[in-house]
Parts: sequence; C-alpha cells; structure tokens
Amino acid sequence: MAQDNGMFRVQDLYLSFGTKRGVVQAVDHVSFAMPKGQTMVLVGESGCGKTSLGRALLRLLPRNVQSYEGSVYLNGTDLMQLSEERFRRDVRWKQAALVPQAAMNSLNPVLRIVDQVTEPLETSGSRKQWAQARQRAEEVFQLVGVPLDFLERYPFELSGGMRQRVILAMALITDPELIVLDEPTSALDLLTQANIMNVLKRIKQEKGFTFILITHDIATSSELADLAGIMYAGQLVEFSDAYSLFTEPLHPYSQKLMASVPTLKEDKTLEFLPGQPPSLLQPPEGCRFAERCPQKFAKCSQEPPAIDVKQGHQVKCWLYERGDKRDRK
Amino acid sequence: MTENNGLGPSLLRVQDLETFFTLRKWGFLRVGEVRAVDGVNFDLREGEAVSIVGESGCGKSTLAKTILGLQQPTGGSVHFGDQVLDTSDRRQMDWYRAQVGYIQQDPYGALPPFMTVRRILEEPMIINGVKSSSERWQRMEKALTELKMTPVEEFLHKFPHQLSGGQQQRVVIARAKILDPQLIVSDEPVSMLDPSVRVEILELLRLLQRDYHVAVVYITHDLSTVRYFSERIFVMYGGQLIEKGLVEEILRNAKHPYTMALLEAISDPDPENVNTFKKVPGGEPPSLANPPAGCRFHPRCPYRIDGTCDQKPPPEFTMTEQHRVSCWLYGDAS
Repeated sequence: MAQDNGMFRVQDLYLSFGTKRGVVQAVDHVSFAMPKGQTMVLVGESGCGKTSLGRALLRLLPRNVQSYEGSVYLNGTDLMQLSEERFRRDVRWKQAALVPQAAMNSLNPVLRIVDQVTEPLETSGSRKQWAQARQRAEEVFQLVGVPLDFLERYPFELSGGMRQRVILAMALITDPELIVLDEPTSALDLLTQANIMNVLKRIKQEKGFTFILITHDIATSSELADLAGIMYAGQLVEFSDAYSLFTEPLHPYSQKLMASVPTLKEDKTLEFLPGQPPSLLQPPEGCRFAERCPQKFAKCSQEPPAIDVKQGHQVKCWLYERGDKRDRK
Repeated sequence: MTENNGLGPSLLRVQDLETFFTLRKWGFLRVGEVRAVDGVNFDLREGEAVSIVGESGCGKSTLAKTILGLQQPTGGSVHFGDQVLDTSDRRQMDWYRAQVGYIQQDPYGALPPFMTVRRILEEPMIINGVKSSSERWQRMEKALTELKMTPVEEFLHKFPHQLSGGQQQRVVIARAKILDPQLIVSDEPVSMLDPSVRVEILELLRLLQRDYHVAVVYITHDLSTVRYFSERIFVMYGGQLIEKGLVEEILRNAKHPYTMALLEAISDPDPENVNTFKKVPGGEPPSLANPPAGCRFHPRCPYRIDGTCDQKPPPEFTMTEQHRVSCWLYGDAS
C-alpha cells in the first residue's frame, strides 16, 4: 500500500453495539479517502452515527461493542491490524488525536492547566524533559491564542472559549497528523464560536494538520471544509469536495438538508423533511432514506451502492446509476 | 406608546423593567446583585411577532420569565392590555396565565413523563373551567391537527418518551395554545431540535401566529432563523436591549457594533468561507454581577470612544421611527 502515503483512507468501517433491545448498527460500511493536510467535515443529524464514527477511527469504544470491522489506513498501515497496546503506544495522541464533544467541561478541576496539557507528552512515552514539555505547551498556547500565564491557572478560572482553546492545545501538543474534532464549537456563544473557527482555520493554513470535523451545523462547517461527507442513519450517503456539496448536493437527503439551513444574506424559502430518521436497531431494507425521499422509485427497495458520479464525488443513491439521471426533474 | 405606529392596539408594554438577583454570602449577608434584566423597554402590538436575540447569559430567559410573571421584577412594570401585572395578586395571575402561553426550550423536560398527551393537553382546560368534555376533545383534536399530529387518536394516549423530539415540541406548542392565549412566549423553541425539523416547527409557530392573531415573543441566540419568523428584532446584551428595529433594517443596516459583530459571526453555507477570516471582537460577555461602567459593550468594542463609552451609559438614539440604537456613535455625548 505504498501509494497510500499522503492519504488517510477508511474502508468498509463497520461498528455495531449490542444492547438489550438488539444490535444497533452505528456505523455501517463507511468508506472514504482524504489527502493529508485537508479538512473533512462530517455532517449529520443527531443519532446518525457521526460521533461513533469519530470514536471508531481512534478505537475509543464503549464496552458493548458487538462487531468492529474494516480498515483504517494512515501512512499506508492498517491501524485496525495493530494490537491494542501498539495502537495505544504508537497511534493514539501521537499520530491521531480526538477532541471529544463538550471536552472543555472535562478538564480536571484540581490540576493546573499546564499539568493537564503536557500530560499526553509524558504518557505517550516521549520521555521529554519537563522543561521541554513546558516549552512545547507554550508553543501550542501561542498557536491557539491563549495567554501564557493561563498555564499556571486552574480550569475554573477560564471562560468557556478559553477552555475550548486549551483542549485544542492539548490535542495539538503531540503534533499528531490527524485530529478528529467532535462538535468543537456547539456549546459556545456565537462570537466565541467565530473566534475558535478563526483559530482552527489559521492552524490549518499554517501547520497543515489534517482535521476531521464532526458537526450538525452545516453553516459553520463551511468555514473549514475542503471535503465534506453527509451521514444518514449510520451510512455515508454523499462524499465529495466541499464546493460541489455546498453548491450542488446530489443525494436527495443532502439536498433537503442544505435547503433547510436558514441564511442571513440571501432570501430563500426554507424546506423541511417530514418524518424522522429510521431506528438503527432494525434499519429498513434497501435505501435507508427511501421512506422520506421525495424521489423514491421501485429500485429504492434494494440497497444502493456508493456510485462515483465524478472523480471524488460519491453518492449512495440509485438516481445516479450510470450517471444518466444527473439532471434532476 | 411611541413605538406604536397605530398598527394595532398595544398588548404588552414593558417599562424600565429590572430583575435583579441578590447574591448572598453565608446565606444572609448581601454581597451584591446580578442585574439580569436592567432597564428594558418595549412595546408589543396585538398579533405581532418579535424576536429577542442575545448570547447565553445576557438575561433573555430572565426577561421571558419576568414577562410571564414567573419572576418578580425588582423594578419597572409589565403592562398587559390595560392592567399592570402584580405577581403577588393570585387572582390576577390566574387570569393572566390563561392569556399567555409558554413554549419551553427543552420539550422533554417541559412535559411531565407520567402523563399522556391527552392529560397534558386537558389539564389547562380543566383548571380554566372548560367543563364539557366534548368541547375539550374538540379543542385537542383541532390543536393537534393544526400541528400535523395526525391521526390524533394515535397520539393522545402516548407518553412523552414515546414521541420524537419534534413531536414533543409540538405537544408543548399545542399545550401553550390550547386556551387560545393572546400572547405566546417561546424561549429557544427549536435549539434542541435537528436542523431539518427546526424549520417545520418554526413554520407551524408562524402559521399559528398569523391564523389566530397571537402575539409571539421569540427568544433565540440564532439570528439566522429570525428573518423567517418575526417582524421586529430586539438585540440584547448584558441585560439591556441595545438595538431595536424591523428585521430587514437590522439585517441590512445594523448600527450597534455588537449587532454588526453578531451578523459577521454567522456563517452562511458557502464554500468560499474557507478562504476568509471573520472579523469578530474577542473577549467575553460582561459579568452581570459586576457590569462595566458606561456602555456594557465598550471593553470589546472596536469603535470605542474613550472618555465617553467607558463612563456614561448610552441612551436610546432614534435612527428612524422603528430603529433605535443605544450607542454613543450615533449621538452627542455632551
């Protein structure tokens, strides 16, 4: 897999949880590939499995996992083949880091910021000296725009926006190649949110990190996206470069989702989707969106494959079979 | 009554409203107060929809609760029709609560888990003396049909946990309007819902407002939904209304630096966004326990006039008949 260098590739990732009521298929055969140094946003409604996918990439799973299959290639190695111990030592934090949802509230209240931020350096076995670790912490604090004297403070002395920056600094400190951000701004105020997006954008341009941004907020996600994927009921229904997806979405679900986003600057009539997403306990046969889809036809009772509409643009919808029905309506 | 352009009789008038919470040490020593609502004035006509926009902690929910009579104001007054509200007058409050509906932010928390939809909707009617059960049935059926929860029979005996988030929020709306109130206060009605459901709920709310001529106070932090909903916007910052105006006027021609920053901060889904940075001020909203002197926005304001903005609180300046701004940039300080 030498040609994979410079790519991050996920193939047929499948994750299901066993519960009392049955098997929940949280991530259902998701595949995508992205060049390093780019940012992919993963958009979906609550319960579509986007957080599970993010956690599955870093193998941070709850105990009730039923099956966990597929491959995740980073720098040409299949991370799924590594043993738990090797994954912990060589990959997590060092090559890939996760910023979980609402992480700013999970800082330890009785430890100083500096002790928490430098912790990944020590636990990842880098054996750097304390002074070096601290210097590195100062570097990342400058990167995310936190005053250096905050290093000596305790989490309660910081505002929400500053805590979110600290968490971001913590993910950056080991200089990983891939950073998965799960709803990094959703609990913050508007102005703070815009400030954090500015920070992320600057880091991305200057340092070339690879980000995967998981969010339900389509408007904000467009601030950072090079690539975009839309998830529905555990599946990746559309994946392409951000420009095509935001200007001309192809999957009927993506179209409806885009049409439901209110805009400030232009006047448009908002649309909405009747009904609700299917349960992941017993997902329907065939296309999972068929029940709510305005363009449903006979073939939708079979599961659609991911169809390459053009280079790098995949849609999981029968409408685009052989590419002959691209002109909708 | 200056804001009433003769477009309809005034329904709700809020005058110099103040709601302070006392901060105590050891349970009895007064050490200060949180000025959650600090000198708010506005006027609402019958059947009108207004939005109050502000960030978390700016006092917008306290303002809603004070209007609803759930919170005793510490100063100023709320006039409803020709009455002045007095939260200690039980009889008046009983009457008032039949005149206003409340749509809460979290539908699951707002619905009692041990009651079926039918009991939830019937209870306000029983309390307010709708004695005939056939009339109660008719009203429930009408309310649920309007909110597109059909077949009605299927939903009536369900418990809240058996409904999806959007359906729960519809039940909350049905409960708020079942007594045909003149005013509905909705506190972030869609912030807990998925984007594709959000629009539908807002549209239903808008239809109710038009069809029944109910006045609606829509409280939100999300400026982008406002244009689909209301005629006027009030922008709230640090416990005060800093800019008031018609929706189009505020979105196209915002005057207050804070409103401008809010508008700048909101993204439209546009792939070009990747290449531009947002020009937003840093800093945090002020603590309401110890608000800055003068204009409350001045520590973060890029257009600050030293010597004025940090000393004297700005009064309300009139830009046009409908558009008022509390900012020294538009008036003379001397």
